[in-house]
Amino acid sequence: MAIETKLLTITPAPHIKSKFSTTRMMSIVIIALMPAFIGSIYFFGFRALLITLISVASAVFTEFVYQKLCRKKVTVTDGSAALTGLLLAFIISPSVPLWLPVVGSVFSILIVKQLFGGVGFNFLNPALAGRAFLMASWPAFMTAEWMTPKSGTLSGIESITTATPLGALKLSGYSANVAGSLNSMESLKHLLLGNVGGSIGETSALLLLIGGIFLIITGIIDWRIPLSYIGSVFALYIVLFLTGVSQLTPIFHILAGGLMIGAFFMATDPVTSPITKKGRWIFGVCAGLLTVLIRQWGGYPEGVSYSILIMNMFVPLIEKYTLPKPFGRVRRTA
Amino acid sequence: MPKFFTFKGGIHPGEFKFTERDAIEDFVAPDVVYIPLSQHFGKPAKPVVKKGDKVYVGSLVGEPDGGFSASIHSSVSGTVKKVDKYHHFSGNMEQTVIIENDGQMEKDPAIKSAYSDSITPEKIIEIARDYGIVGLGGATFPASIKMSPPQGKTFDTLILNGAECEPYLTSDHRLMIEFPEEIILGALLIKKAINANKLIIAIEENKMDAVSVYEKIKDKYKFDIAILKTKYPQGGEKQIIKAILDREVPEGGLPVDIHTYVQNVGTAYALWDAVYNGMPLVKRIVSITGSVKNRKNLKVAIGTPISALIEHCGGYMGEAGKLITGGPMMGIALYTDEIPVTKGTSGVLIQRKEEMSLDEPTNCIRCGRCISSCPMDLMPNLLGDFSEFYKFEESKELGVLNCIECGSCSYVCPAKRHLVQLIKVTKAELKKKGR
Repeated sequence: MAIETKLLTITPAPHIKSKFSTTRMMSIVIIALMPAFIGSIYFFGFRALLITLISVASAVFTEFVYQKLCRKKVTVTDGSAALTGLLLAFIISPSVPLWLPVVGSVFSILIVKQLFGGVGFNFLNPALAGRAFLMASWPAFMTAEWMTPKSGTLSGIESITTATPLGALKLSGYSANVAGSLNSMESLKHLLLGNVGGSIGETSALLLLIGGIFLIITGIIDWRIPLSYIGSVFALYIVLFLTGVSQLTPIFHILAGGLMIGAFFMATDPVTSPITKKGRWIFGVCAGLLTVLIRQWGGYPEGVSYSILIMNMFVPLIEKYTLPKPFGRVRRTA
Repeated sequence: MPKFFTFKGGIHPGEFKFTERDAIEDFVAPDVVYIPLSQHFGKPAKPVVKKGDKVYVGSLVGEPDGGFSASIHSSVSGTVKKVDKYHHFSGNMEQTVIIENDGQMEKDPAIKSAYSDSITPEKIIEIARDYGIVGLGGATFPASIKMSPPQGKTFDTLILNGAECEPYLTSDHRLMIEFPEEIILGALLIKKAINANKLIIAIEENKMDAVSVYEKIKDKYKFDIAILKTKYPQGGEKQIIKAILDREVPEGGLPVDIHTYVQNVGTAYALWDAVYNGMPLVKRIVSITGSVKNRKNLKVAIGTPISALIEHCGGYMGEAGKLITGGPMMGIALYTDEIPVTKGTSGVLIQRKEEMSLDEPTNCIRCGRCISSCPMDLMPNLLGDFSEFYKFEESKELGVLNCIECGSCSYVCPAKRHLVQLIKVTKAELKKKGR
């Protein structure tokens, strides 16, 4: 028989797909960072806006040029490069020279992300790796100069105006007075609101928390990582504070530095964190442990970025040992 | 507030049960019907008629080929035009009995009720085999084989599956509302045949009108009702057992290993028709839905070309892109509407060109949605990777053979990877190698 039927489209099932896409996911994360972005412009002024725009633009441009040159499909519209640029700007000082975020973004996108295969294949968080690169190459720009926020001091307390909260105690030679004022309600309020010195987008714990909770509610991130990460830092500092090892309270420690942005926006990066639920607990707790180790006994005042980068490298190992048990499988005896 | 049963994982696609309030209409069989000899899980039936033979409604046209096969009967009265290859839902041309309908719908003289109160389990199983009863939920597994467990294994509970968790489909829903006593009588026959002591009918909470129908007769016939949460794939055999009885079918095992038997409501109805009226399985309820002018639930003679149903429903709405037999999650896309309705055709869903989802897959961003959605606790992302790199053996330890191919992973994937398809490739490759 002659087949003159009008042929229809055939594809494998399922024939309906969720509207949720990579682009939508990246957009929601960018939206979640907007409170902190607006806060950063308020605290650090036009400089914060400028550095952020430069960082985002160079990240997107790098990805576009690389993919064009390699004749790959251009994927800048998925928003992942823009997000990397945004996050990188948020974790560098507002007083850096304007070329620094450009170099950082090129490193993040080209070396960390694209050379490993593009979105989904980078084994380190691109923004954090970019920051680590800048720290290693231009430490003076990255740590020496900070900007005093609007309506606040660099350290969040009156007596010290030359260091960020986490660096202040060390600078004072571990004075009990300084520790006392850092632990005060006044100082904690500044940490929560963000009128203290620090990187562009990391100073306000409250604004980051708003974004983080938004991400949990919209189902973009798994609550297990921020909870286990912040929880383990908090728990360890209870022990260290009560035993007198740390002069600063656990509350100070979870509000200060980059823990909030790290726990909600960096450690939860799906590409570089475990995909298994059990693995996410392990990842968060270990990152918390490393953060405390570096803050308390390391050479840097802050340990969030390195602890997440170190844990990124353990992800394949963690996943290997936390595979879920398939339905109906009985653990073999003997 | 009753307790709603459910399982871990799964997805919540839009329901789109447009036809849930449309009563079942009888569709008059067309002038020619095309009855494929392969309509069930197992070997195709062997034709027992030839060109020119006179057949009646219910006459045997194909007999089981060996133990793992099923009988096929004529759905009309008339003359066999030929037995030849014809369009088939599988995508291949398959042996098909083509019958010219004389329009008389004369029943085969041999058809008579076999029912008596003292009917034996053996007789019920024999009728199920001879009258072509197969699972009508979509898997089309021959019921007589399912009802005869391997030596030494027993059943205690029969779950009547009225979950109908696929979006769009309403054929089971309407059947449950319009023929409640018939379904329960059919289920009681299965219960007798498998010597179970408990009958539970399971219905999703989006069909509370059906639940209330069974509430009224549950004391008369002594059965229980389990209301399930509306979630896909709630009607999956392993998922429904886990939800209601909290029993887990062991890996590589069958429901009989945990003494449970699950059968679709449509199958129970078909068995009732076979035993009480002596009528083989020659008709089924089909939901015609999606982009068609008048969506309907039709009672259709097996072998009716889908094109005739669409014409009856006023034709396509817009330009037809995809024609899907079954639901949108696990249904098969057909290449032409000339393909006939078979025993497993629970619905016909039409998608317009602009409704088709034809996204190109992009890189996995490891969000883990596929893992959360997997009702079998597998790692679809990893299984997909292994399949892409031809590493089929590696998937075995991860339990790839447990995959029920529900498609939840593909549905949720933000990178639009064809996960379930990749897994199907692995399963086929492993099968080829003899596992």
